[in-house]
Amino acid sequence: MPFMDALYTAAVRMTHNSADAEDLVQETYLRAYRGYPRFEAGTNLRAWLYRILTNTYINAYRSKQRRPAETDLGEVENLYLYRRLGGLEASERGRSAEDELMDLVTDEEVKAALDALPEQFRVAVLLADVEGFSYREMSEILDVPIGTVMSRLHRGRKGLQRLLGEFAANRGLVAADDQVNAEP
Amino acid sequence: MTDHDCSDVLAELNLYLDREMGEIDLARVEMHLRRCSPCLEAFDFEAELRRVVARGCRERASEELRARILEALEACAGEVERDEDVASPE
Repeated sequence: MPFMDALYTAAVRMTHNSADAEDLVQETYLRAYRGYPRFEAGTNLRAWLYRILTNTYINAYRSKQRRPAETDLGEVENLYLYRRLGGLEASERGRSAEDELMDLVTDEEVKAALDALPEQFRVAVLLADVEGFSYREMSEILDVPIGTVMSRLHRGRKGLQRLLGEFAANRGLVAADDQVNAEP
Repeated sequence: MTDHDCSDVLAELNLYLDREMGEIDLARVEMHLRRCSPCLEAFDFEAELRRVVARGCRERASEELRARILEALEACAGEVERDEDVASPE
């Protein structure tokens, strides 16, 4: 079965738990199987599977979910996390972006930050930055205009950076940012 | 090079990293990055952050889930395909 790990990754971030994610992935494959005669040859199979996953989630799972508190996205500047780390000063000390980020961000924090984003921003960041879909593919998966895709992605990424900055501050890795309210 | 060039290029950072640029704009950004190390650092950081995010939330579907889905798909497949399987065991 193609793309199962990738679909499961997205499903866990959508549903916030592994049991619902497993059901969602199974339902997605079953719907894809039944719908396959209507799949147009030459179109993108992976995008088509994500479209089924997203629609199944919205129609069947979202309503029954106990949703965790979603953070207010807030508004931060471009390159927020980079600047918060001291920008060029860090690299002049001979540290690469890879070294900096390895210390700064754990896998658990990535998951927690994604999970705290409001749903439509979380899904946009997942599709673009985790799954690597183009704006056009995302527009088809989500059935929204490309401009909407770009705006959700832009705000979602900023929200993610703000949260990762807060987590790093909580671990004492960067100074607290007085201008950003740490409480969601 | 002016600050104005830098702010133009930084404003296009996401389009560049998302590979959502035409060839001419792409070439213009790359020419700037070759000459401007502060912008290159910022681009590198953002690109690495995306890799960290993508890697950090990867999950693996369990063998149980694979088996369960395969079983559900087989149940869905119907008699015809099952007959074909029996007819051609290898």
